[in-house]
Amino acid sequence: MPELMQTDELTARILRIIAETQRKDPAQVTIDSSFEELGIDSMDGVNIVFALENEFNINVPDEEVKNIRSVRDMVDGVIKLVEAAKATAGNPPETAPKTEPGDTAPAAS
Amino acid sequence: MRRVVVTGIGVISGLGRNREEFRAGLREGRCGIGPITNIECSDLRFRGGAEVRCYNPCDHFSPKEADMIDRFAQFAVVAAREAVAQSGIEWTAELRENSAIVTGSCVGGQSTENQGFWDVYKMGKPRVHPMTIPKTMANAGASAISQEFGITGPAFTISTACSSSAHAIGQAFMMVRSGMSDVALTGGSEAPFSYGILKAWEAMRVVSPTVCRPFSKDRNGMILGEGAAMLVIESLDHALARGAKPLAEIAGFGMSSDAHHITQPSAEGAAKAVRMALKDAGIAPEQIGYINAHGTGTTVNDVTETCALHLAFGDHAKRLAISSTKAMHGHTLGAAGAIECAAAILGLTGGVLPPTIHFNEADPECDLDYIPNCPRRADVEYALSSSFAFGGLNAVLALRRL
Repeated sequence: MPELMQTDELTARILRIIAETQRKDPAQVTIDSSFEELGIDSMDGVNIVFALENEFNINVPDEEVKNIRSVRDMVDGVIKLVEAAKATAGNPPETAPKTEPGDTAPAAS
Repeated sequence: MRRVVVTGIGVISGLGRNREEFRAGLREGRCGIGPITNIECSDLRFRGGAEVRCYNPCDHFSPKEADMIDRFAQFAVVAAREAVAQSGIEWTAELRENSAIVTGSCVGGQSTENQGFWDVYKMGKPRVHPMTIPKTMANAGASAISQEFGITGPAFTISTACSSSAHAIGQAFMMVRSGMSDVALTGGSEAPFSYGILKAWEAMRVVSPTVCRPFSKDRNGMILGEGAAMLVIESLDHALARGAKPLAEIAGFGMSSDAHHITQPSAEGAAKAVRMALKDAGIAPEQIGYINAHGTGTTVNDVTETCALHLAFGDHAKRLAISSTKAMHGHTLGAAGAIECAAAILGLTGGVLPPTIHFNEADPECDLDYIPNCPRRADVEYALSSSFAFGGLNAVLALRRL
C-alpha cells in the first residue's frame, strides 16, 4: 500500500472492487449509488466486505457490516479503517492466518 | 393411509448426552452453550458453541469402531440406540428386512475431512487416511445405524442444510404412512466443528459473538451446535399389535421451496410449508397450540419467520405459544430438525413447553408469544416443528399428543 494514498484514490479503488465483485460496469458504481439501485442485498454486502478486507488488509467488525446501508457508508468505513491501520505505522494489521506447525489440524478429534 | 406414531426418542446434544438430560434441560430452560473447547478458535470473532460435553467415543464404541466412524455418525448411532431401547422393538428377521432408515446431515464427517485436508494442504503430507472418504460421506450415519441393528430395508440420507433432518423425518413418515415400511428409524446428526467450517461461518457474519437470543430485539446471531436425535416411528397398528406405547403421532408434513434467494428466507415460502403441514394433517390453524420455531436468532430469520406465522395463522398467530430451543442446544444444522422435533414431542407429552431463553426485549417486528425465558405448563394437543434452510428449502412437521 503506498505511503500517502489520497482519499480519492482509495475511493476509486473501493468503487472498482464493488463493481468487480458485483460484476457491474465500473461506470455504474458511484459513491452516491444506493444498494437498491445496484441490486446489492445483505449477502452481496458481506461478499463485498470480504473483498475489501483482502484488498486493504483490514478487518471489518460484524457490527459495522450491519450498519452499512450504502456505497458511501462502505467507502467511509473502509477509509477510516485504512487510516487507522496507517496510524499504527510500521505495524500493519495482520490478516494472514496465524497457525502453528503441527501434525494435527485444529479440529475435534 | 395409516397413522404414524413415535415410539422411541434418542437425543445426544449440548443440552444433554441422552434423552432424559435433554428433557430436563428443556424443562429448566438451561443453556447448553459454552466456549468451544475442541478447537482452537482464538482468532475467530466468536467463541461459543453447543458441544456435546465429556464425549468419549470409547464409552459407546470399541476402539476399532470408533476409529472407523466419524463423530457425527457416532452421534447418529448413540441416539438411535436410545430410541430403539425406548421403543422396545425386537428385531425379527422380517422387521430387519422391511424397516427403513432415513437420516439427515448437512456437512457429514467434517472433522475427518478437515484432518485430511490439513494433512495434504498444510502439512504437505503425501497421503491422507484411507478412511477419509467413508467417514466423511453424509450417509455414514445411516449406514452405521443399518449395521448396528442389521436393518436391510431402504436406507438413505437427505441433505437440505438446516432442514435436512426435518425432511428426513417427513420422508420416513410418508414411507410408513404409505405402507412401504412398518417401522423407520429417522432423524439427523451433525458434528460441524472444524476450524475451516468455523472460519466459513465467521465469514457469513451470522454467528453471535455472545449468546443466541431468538426473537429478542437485541439478538445478534446464531450459535452452532452438534448432536443428534433419532426417532423410532411406526404405524399405529404395528405399535399397538406389539404392545408398544406410542409417545406421539406424526400427524402431517409440509414442504416448500422459496424460489427466492440462496440465503435470505421468504415469509411466503415458510408460510406455504406451514399451510401444507396443516393441510396434510387435516387440521385447522386454530388447533395448533405450540410451535418449535426455526428461530436462529439472526436479524433476518426471526422477523421473516414471525411474518410467515402471521401469514399462515392470521388472528390465531397471537394465541400461539412459540419458542426457539436453539438458544439452549445451538443450531445443529442437519440435526436441527430432529432435535427440535424431539423437543416439541417432549414438550407436548410432558405438558411443559420449552422457553426461548436469553430473551431480553420485545422487538416490534417480532410481535408474538415466544415463551420468553420461563418454561410454561400447557395442555397442547397439536404442535409444529419448523425448519427453514439456506437455499430456501422448508420443512414443517405436525405433531400430536396421544
